Amino acid sequence: MISSFPAEFCVFVLGIILLLADSFFEKIDKRILAYIAISWLGIFLVAVCFIPLSPLWPVPFGFYETDDLARVFKGFALVATILTLILSLEYAPVVERLIPGSRPGAGLSEYFILPVFTCAGLMWMASAADFVMIFCALELVTISFYIQVAYTRRSMASLEAGTKYLILGALSTGFLVYGITWIYGMTGQTALGGISFVLGNVPVASQTALLFGIGLVLVALGFKVAAAPFQFWVPDVYQGAPTPTTAFLSTASKAAGFVVLMRVIEPFLVAPAIGAKLISALSLLAGLTLIYGNLAALPQTNLKRLLGYSSIAHAGYLLIGVASVGSPFSGRAVVFYLLGYLLMTFLAFLVLIPVAKAAGGDDISHFNGLARRSPSLAFFLLISMLSLAGLPFTVGFLGKFFIFEAAIQQQHLVLVALGIITVACGFYYYLKVVRAMYWQAPPEDAAPIEVSALTRFVAAFLTAAILILGVYPAPLLRLLP
Amino acid sequence: MSPLLPLILLPIVGAAFILIGASARLTALVASATSLLFSLVLLASYQFGGDQPYQFVHSWPIIPAMGISLTLGADGLSLVMLLLTSLVTLAAVAVARTPEKSPHWFYASLLFISAGGLGAFASIDLFFFYMFHELALIPTFLLIGIWGSGDRQAAAWKATIYLALGSFVLLLGLIGLYLIQPDGMRTFDLRAIIGLADAGFLPEANWVYLLLLVGFGILVSLFPFHTWAPQAYASAPAPAAMLHAGVLKKFGLYGLIRIAAPIFPDTVLNGFVAIPMPFGCHPVEIDLANLLLIMLIGNILYVGYVTTAQRKLDLMLGYSSVMHMGYIFLGFAAMNALSLTGASLLLFAHGLSIAALFALSGEIRERTGTLDFAELGGLAKPMPAFGLLFGFAAFAAIGLPGFVGFAGEILVFFGAFVGGDLLMGVTATGKEIFQLNNFQVATVCAAWGVVISALYMLRAYRRIFFGPLSDRWAGLPEISGPARFAIAALIVVMLVTGFFPGLLIKLIESASI
Repeated sequence: MISSFPAEFCVFVLGIILLLADSFFEKIDKRILAYIAISWLGIFLVAVCFIPLSPLWPVPFGFYETDDLARVFKGFALVATILTLILSLEYAPVVERLIPGSRPGAGLSEYFILPVFTCAGLMWMASAADFVMIFCALELVTISFYIQVAYTRRSMASLEAGTKYLILGALSTGFLVYGITWIYGMTGQTALGGISFVLGNVPVASQTALLFGIGLVLVALGFKVAAAPFQFWVPDVYQGAPTPTTAFLSTASKAAGFVVLMRVIEPFLVAPAIGAKLISALSLLAGLTLIYGNLAALPQTNLKRLLGYSSIAHAGYLLIGVASVGSPFSGRAVVFYLLGYLLMTFLAFLVLIPVAKAAGGDDISHFNGLARRSPSLAFFLLISMLSLAGLPFTVGFLGKFFIFEAAIQQQHLVLVALGIITVACGFYYYLKVVRAMYWQAPPEDAAPIEVSALTRFVAAFLTAAILILGVYPAPLLRLLP
Repeated sequence: MSPLLPLILLPIVGAAFILIGASARLTALVASATSLLFSLVLLASYQFGGDQPYQFVHSWPIIPAMGISLTLGADGLSLVMLLLTSLVTLAAVAVARTPEKSPHWFYASLLFISAGGLGAFASIDLFFFYMFHELALIPTFLLIGIWGSGDRQAAAWKATIYLALGSFVLLLGLIGLYLIQPDGMRTFDLRAIIGLADAGFLPEANWVYLLLLVGFGILVSLFPFHTWAPQAYASAPAPAAMLHAGVLKKFGLYGLIRIAAPIFPDTVLNGFVAIPMPFGCHPVEIDLANLLLIMLIGNILYVGYVTTAQRKLDLMLGYSSVMHMGYIFLGFAAMNALSLTGASLLLFAHGLSIAALFALSGEIRERTGTLDFAELGGLAKPMPAFGLLFGFAAFAAIGLPGFVGFAGEILVFFGAFVGGDLLMGVTATGKEIFQLNNFQVATVCAAWGVVISALYMLRAYRRIFFGPLSDRWAGLPEISGPARFAIAALIVVMLVTGFFPGLLIKLIESASI
């Protein structure tokens, strides 16, 4: 019986083995690698659910957390990676077309293996409780994303996205390191537990400097979670990146950013003077993000770009939850929201890839008449859009409900009012997709839509999960800290 | 196991069968007829005089930590609303004409709206009460957008965004209602919240009532939040307009009567909300009762006169359905037993009469392709039975004695006239003065509203059915088949309950309002 489970280590080793396998068995169909990765990640997922986590190595003053939050997010990262690999399988023909290679399938293998390394980084990030660890894990994730975003190198959009992501990512890394040094300079600690321990002794005179450091860290994390005004990379990168990478980026990377955010602000709330300023800064970010994300999403005509803006909008709702940190439900609300967001975003991308392949583009107009061309795909996308909009009987509604509940409890009334108005905006732009599918007639020369059985099954599964958890969320809530 | 669960699931299962591929119209007819029978059986097995007004109660815990559970149960008022829902659903399905474009989605959407209404009226838990109502939002969007007429896309957008906004305002109100309960006792169970309110555990929370009023108000098209409704009803296919105007719009008023009346009785009558002003100015105090009175008079008089100015039947009916909400709001605002009973009766009466009118208007559009008064005229000559039915429905909408609407309006007017602090009469110095309080002024205005509605209804009746008959309309077919039967049934129910309103009043009085 295994008493504990070094989860990210196993994932990392899996990635190395897959790389080796790729070099030793040149002739095999590279898709096999993806299937192997999916099945092993599935096994790890079961293990994370049932076996207690173990730290990577025993340390006295925790820079590695193994609490429920870490566990849930390791599971989250695994699920997101599995779904990304399934998307990648569906997307593989496009990747093959867009990268130069001497033989068919060349370069495909890394596209399946890189997400595994990202996954290891994400899982590490979920446990990181020390600024140095947070930094290392974040870099592992970000660097593997740099490659994935620019992976289809014959597509100009992908290259442009890669460059933008690289430059802005590097910039935000700079902010993060600089902020960490300021915090270290004022407290002499990099461990989050240590910071909360010594925070009471920090003299009032150096609190400004400490706040400056926290501010810089917030800016860096703002880049990661795509909070306004640090969101400007999002639309171009999301639209240009290969679609599975977009899905991965908008869920797992964002979720990891939020976990780190929740971990990082926790020690500083001990000092009321700093905590109050931190919460007002977060509220400001939340308000700006809500307004920007929702208003900018209104006129979009490209579904991938729309989903990019919608991911900014959802970051706004999540930030409301983070800003309501005093409420007993707020942490749970944020995590629940993220889990729901994962389900509905991947569902949208699962439908988007085959439709875009058949229609030759991912504009909303390419979805015209989908209800008559493929009723089941249209229904899946309908549920995904309704859940993103926050309609009852979907998991998206309960997420918003918990967030608003926490926010009202913490008297963030302005944020709640903003949230309500922007929800109405959301109905408009998500229903635009529904309108295209159900109101409009399909084009005359529409090509038939081919969907693999695996994609169809996973999409049906996600749809069922969204609807069931929307009525009966108890199983998910029981998992949460 | 509560018999209410199968009642709610019946239309959903029907819709699922239709989407899988069962015969659309037949399945919808069977499902809605069964649910009508089911609600009649429930009505017959309701026991009066028990110590618990809510019967058929069953509760399934959903989120125990937050006091959320799927609790179904029905008292007299819920049963009246359930009966209304299943009756209007059957009528709507019966008069529906199977469209050429995706008939399966058409009938499934109708059944989903019906399920939303049934679920909302059968829920004791406020969380699910809210959720079920939202079930109808997307089907309405699809129904207007795909099968509507005129400027259907703009109408569908406007209605959907408006309703989504209203329901999120309402959600805030419900969350507020949850959070003002003492920690540890918080629940969404309506019975428990009323218990807490009666025991004095709830603090004064006027802003919660204001949120509920605005949220429900948007859903019921309370003036000045009514602009989504007329256009949407005019553009919607007839069955969708019947279901939405007849049943779903009643959800908001039902909610106010159910939630606000027992929990915030003092706030409704005497509450103030202070709105803080910037730059150190004095906060503006708003008297909630007067605010509601002004808004409902806006419904009755302003929208009433707008209705008289309409040149097309569908828009006129849309505005008239907005206007008639004013009477029901008046019954709620006065907050006494008479007026609340009257308001509840009006919920039922207006649901039936507007459903019948929208059905007839849809039939006219099917035959002539236009609803413009200027183009129609003399239709009673080729279609005497159609004219008779329309006459009955129009008189029922006005509130002619003999129809259940009359009983409701009379009760509301009597109740509202004695509402508020009595100012009328003789003062201490012996000088006789004649003063009316706010409620009495509102009642006088509302009574004038009856004249307005008689004016536009009779004018519409005259312009469509009397006068010279244009040759274009000489050969119009008479109303027949299921549509004739369904509309006649609605009118018969209105007549029977109009002559014997005691049947309904007995049920409503047994409810815990």
